[in-house]
Order: sequence, then C-alpha cells, then structure tokens
Amino acid sequence: MHPTTRHAPPSTRRTPGPEHGGFWKEHPKVKLSRNNGLRASAIGALVVSGALVLSACGSDDNNEPTKSGGKQTSAAASNIKCDGAKGQLLAAGSSAQENAMDLWVKNFQAACEGVEVNYQGIGSGGGITKFNQGQVAFAGSDSALKDEEVAESKKICKGGTGVNLPMVGGPIAIGYKLEGVDNLVLDASTIAKIFDTKITKWNDPAIAKLNPGAKLPDSTIQAFHRSDESGTTQNLGKYLSTAAAADWKYDPKTKSWPAPGGQAANGSSGVAQAVKGAEGSIGYFELSHATANKISTVSVNTGASAPVAATSENASKAIAAAKVKGTGNDVALSLDYATKAEGAYPLVLVTYEIACDKGNKAETLPTLKAFLNYAISEEGQKVLTSADYAPMPAEIAAKVRAIVPTLS
Amino acid sequence: MVTTTPPAIKNRSRRAKSAARPGDRIFSGLSKGSGITLLVIMAAIAAFLTYRTVLAVSKDSTNFFTTFEWNPAGDPPVFGIAVLAFGTVVSSVIAMAIAVPVAIGIALFISHYAPRKLAKPLAYVVDLLAAVPSIIYGLWGAIFLVPYLDGLNQWLDQYLGWTYIFDKSADGVARNLFTVGILLAIMILPIITNVTREVFLQAPKMHEEAALALGATRWEVVRMAVLPFGRSGIISASMLGLGRALGETMAVAVVLSPSFVLSGHLLDPGGGTFAQNIAAKFNEANEFGRDALIASGLVLFVITLLVNGAARWIIARRKEYSGANA
Repeated sequence: MHPTTRHAPPSTRRTPGPEHGGFWKEHPKVKLSRNNGLRASAIGALVVSGALVLSACGSDDNNEPTKSGGKQTSAAASNIKCDGAKGQLLAAGSSAQENAMDLWVKNFQAACEGVEVNYQGIGSGGGITKFNQGQVAFAGSDSALKDEEVAESKKICKGGTGVNLPMVGGPIAIGYKLEGVDNLVLDASTIAKIFDTKITKWNDPAIAKLNPGAKLPDSTIQAFHRSDESGTTQNLGKYLSTAAAADWKYDPKTKSWPAPGGQAANGSSGVAQAVKGAEGSIGYFELSHATANKISTVSVNTGASAPVAATSENASKAIAAAKVKGTGNDVALSLDYATKAEGAYPLVLVTYEIACDKGNKAETLPTLKAFLNYAISEEGQKVLTSADYAPMPAEIAAKVRAIVPTLS
Repeated sequence: MVTTTPPAIKNRSRRAKSAARPGDRIFSGLSKGSGITLLVIMAAIAAFLTYRTVLAVSKDSTNFFTTFEWNPAGDPPVFGIAVLAFGTVVSSVIAMAIAVPVAIGIALFISHYAPRKLAKPLAYVVDLLAAVPSIIYGLWGAIFLVPYLDGLNQWLDQYLGWTYIFDKSADGVARNLFTVGILLAIMILPIITNVTREVFLQAPKMHEEAALALGATRWEVVRMAVLPFGRSGIISASMLGLGRALGETMAVAVVLSPSFVLSGHLLDPGGGTFAQNIAAKFNEANEFGRDALIASGLVLFVITLLVNGAARWIIARRKEYSGANA
C-alpha cells in the first residue's frame, strides 16, 4: 500500500493570490485599525471647530455699560491731534481708571494710525514702581508720588522729576449685595466700623438707625478689600481718617489694606466680581466697576440734608472744592473729604498720570504728549462723564492743559 | 604550523573605535551637550535663587520660617513663610487626595474596561482638559465654582464640623484653601490620568491572560497583574501632578481670599500659597521686597526637589517593574 498523499490541486486556492488583490479583495469591508483612530480625531476636530464657530454666535452687547461713550467716538476722533504720535506707548497703574483708559485708548487709536497704547491696571503701587524703573512711559496713580518716590523718579527723569497730572476723577462706590435692600444709607462712622469688622451683622442698630424701614437680615457682613496695593484703598483710608477719625485709626497713607479680618480680592474688578457673587457682601471700588457689574451702591449720609448717591455729578461737586498743593509743574491736589456741601459725594478719588516733566524717553515723547493732550482736552474729559467718572474742574484742567505741551 | 598571533588585540579595538561613524559622534555629542546644558541651567537657577535669598533673609528681623507676616518694606523688615508653606502643602495634599484615586479610576476604565469605541474619545477629551490654561480655570473657579461650593461648605460644617478642619469658624464665601484644593485637583487630573493610562496599557498581556486563565474576574486581573506593575508609574504620574499643584499661581490668586492667618479651619477664607503670594506682591515690591519673594520661591523649589526625590526613591525600590526609572 502506498501512502495516499494529498496534494492540493494548484488551481483551487481559497483566497485569491496577490495578483488578484489578495486578502483585501476577498474581504473588502475589513478596516485597518488605524483608520478608527483617524475617525476619532476627525470627530474631535469637528467638535472643537463646532464649538469655536458656535461661540462666535454671541451677542455683541457684552461691553454695553462701559462702552456707552463709544457713540461719541466718531465725533471726538476728528478733533484728536496726533502730532507725530507713532509706535507703542506703555503705561501701567491704577485699576480705578482702567475703564476710562480703555475709552481713551480706543478713541486715540482710532484717530491716529499706527499708534498702540497699552495700559495695564496693575494697581497704583505697581504702576509707580514700573515708572521708576523706566518700564512704562507714564503711570496712573490714585495718590500723588511720595517723597521717596519723587527722589527715585529723579533717577529716571534725566534733568527733571516725576510730576502728578490729575486727569480722572471719580466716586469710590461702596457696593453691596443684599437681597431686599435697594437703597442702603451709611455714614462715614458705620463704613469705618464695617470695614474694621467692628460691625459684623447687617441688622446692627447703627445701620438700622440710618435705614429706617429697611428689612435688614440677621446675616454676617462679608467685607471685601483689595489684596494688592491700591490707591483706591489709600483714598478710602484718607476719607475715613478725615471723616470718621474716631473709628478709623490706621495710617491713611498706606496703599495696602491695614485692618484685620475681612476677605480680599485682586484688583478693583476682582473685588467687584467677589461682591457680585456673594450674598451679604460689601466692598469698595470705582463707580464704573459697580455699573459694569450692576452692583447696588451705598448713599452716604454726610450730615447734609439728604444722603448723597454715588454718581459722577455728585463726585464733581466734591472735587470742585479741591485745592492744588503741588508746586511748579506738579498739580497734586488736596481733597476735602469732610465736605458737607449739598449733593457732594465725599468719597472721591483723583487719578494722576505721572510722567517726567523733563527727561522723558525721546522715542515715546510725541505719543505721550499727544495722548495726554487728548485725555485732558475737552473731548477727552467729556468721554469720562458717559463712563461714570468725574471730569476735572475747569481751573485744574486748564492748569494741566498748560503743562502737558511743556513735557520734554 | 606556526600560527602568528593575531595582530595585537589593541589594534582591533582601536580599529573598532575608529569605525564609529561621524553620525555616532555627533549624536553622542549632542546628547551629552543637552544633558550638560540642563544641569547648567538648573545650577544657574539654584545659584540665582540662593544668592538673592541670602541677601533678603540676612536682613529679616524675625525668623524667616516661623513668622506670620509679610512686610519686607517695613522698618524693620518682617516677613516669613509659615502661612505660605502651610497653605501650599495643605492645598496640594487636598488636590492629590481627590485627584489620584479619580485619575487611577479613569485610567483603568480607559485601558481595561471601556469598549474600544468609547476609550479613544474619552482619552481625547481628557487630553483636552490638560490644554485649558490655568487662568481660565481660575476665572471658572471664581465665577462658577465658589458660589456652588458655598452649599457644600455649609453641609461639611454642619455634619463634619466636629473635625477641626471642617469647622467653619469665620463666616465668608467659599474662597478658602478647600476650594483651592478642589480646583487644583481638577487641574492636575488630566496629567495624572494620561501618564497612568499609558502605564496601564503597558501592563504585560501575558500576565493578564495568565490571570484570566486561572479564573480571575476582571477586577482580580487588574488587582493582580496591572496595579502591581503600574505602581511606580502611578507614583511618578502623581509626582508630576503634585509638581503642578505646588506651583500653580494664577488659578489660586483669583480664587483665594489671601490673608496672613495660619488657621487649621480649611473652610475659612484666608491663607496663601507661595506662588500666589509672589504673583500678588511682585508688581509693587521694591528691590528688597523682590528678594524676599525670591526667597519664598527658593523654599518652594526645595520642597519640590524633596518631594521628587522621595518619589524617585520609592520608584527605585521597585526597579524591576518600572520603565519610569530609565
């Protein structure tokens, strides 16, 4: 018996050979695994691009409250003198004047081609430090330069010194969030005690006395202050130590918050954001931040016939009483915080733009002068009222207008 | 037959050396150069930090490690890192306690439990989470998370207030170290998940199949074959996450209500971390103030080095399993 060997007939193969397309021709629906990964990335890319496209379908009204002055830009732009302004102008400082700066920068850049003004609201202290190190062309500060800061500025202003030019004024609003209480009235003494955590509950008798008929809840007051160094803090301190000297015993010249307790947030916008989010909170910031975030503000009882609300007109009345205490090119002001004039809101601040009177950097000098000229000009000051700031009183504005062209 | 001794072995080895092509020499030179550059950079950073620290701490009028204030501009200068060290360590520990178990769970799910079609998109989404900038996390935390955590804080105070840490003694919105810990946990989750997932995918299939052949359930397979293999990988992934949590700046600066009060009540607003303090105070600090902040930065640097060193030591003890020790 010979073994039967099985030979596969050569022509009957189960799968076509490579010359006919091989495995893939037989099984056309089999997919390589790497195609699945490709599909996952394609889906992911579709999701991401869909999200980006849909997020562009937003309303353009987001900046309505702060940019309400924008309607004036087309008229104002035509009066701005560019005078050789070019390139980039760097500035930094007070966050209280941030919103005013935004408007000025927008108008100035629209009028002058090729100019870029960059203002960072890092706080008055930060702005002065940067100015004294020569990193910015001018600084915005809610308080005039201290003596040691003037001495340091002399190093950076070759042949000159740093001068304070007031251009923006505004009420410091005491914003609060309290359900059911629409028109809270406080006076300097209660404000001082609240921020010093001596008054801790909303239904404290001192507050109830000033607000007869208001339904004050029995909750704790959450007082927010600035965690960074701030000219707004300093102005509040100056007001409280003038108007409520018995209740506020801290050094009024300090830019960092002196009292213990309370909570802190970074920048005016941080405090505004925190007050907006927390029920039963109270904080202080420039009025434009209160309007932008729709936060109710306190009316201050100064001893005048009626409590004064925080508006730019009432702030202008208080700033009108300011006296110039600087000499020469320096227009530092001394404000009357204890004013009892009718309708004058006493908690005001004035923001100075600090530049060198001589010895500014040559490349940015034309842009600096053109921008500051616009800011203090009548059109520039008109822009302020629409954004809840107070323009400078006439004599002070005239003084500054005479000094800006002499900067060199 | 006389066999000549082969030409001296030295010749052969010399020939072998010179047979190295220029490509080999360039590549080895580049690698050595990169390694040396990295060491030089680290040494330069350490030297800079130490020099400025010495300038600052030598003029500190109180003990740098135990003082609770921060006033380098005062007269005499008083500053210390006690509050900052506590805040940094506590928020990072909370972040790790929340993030590591969740990350291991996600990684196990993606590598061993999920159907293939779900695993890849899920991994992709977790990668996306790592790409979100930390300032965005900070804004989200401040605007969205803080109001929602008020409720959780009150619940914790009511039911767990007998533990010292959850006793809310000061009234205030939830801008505290506990919220910061939760936010940091969300931020470090994708890093830990990604590395851990890669480690779990490397678990030897033979071991898993052997376990299955012995009749193990899926969880037992994971427990016997995957987790022991991945232990050092999990640790190194956690150290990566911890490094990010220790150094996180902007998210903490926006969410926390900073104050220089050392309090064990984690639900009270207050406290601070190294990075947040530097971010808040750097702008307006004068020269000496900056040196004081750099001194606090050096302490953070040393803490991170120590933690990483400890992790490396733990990994080295499991050398035979880990590819992370290479």
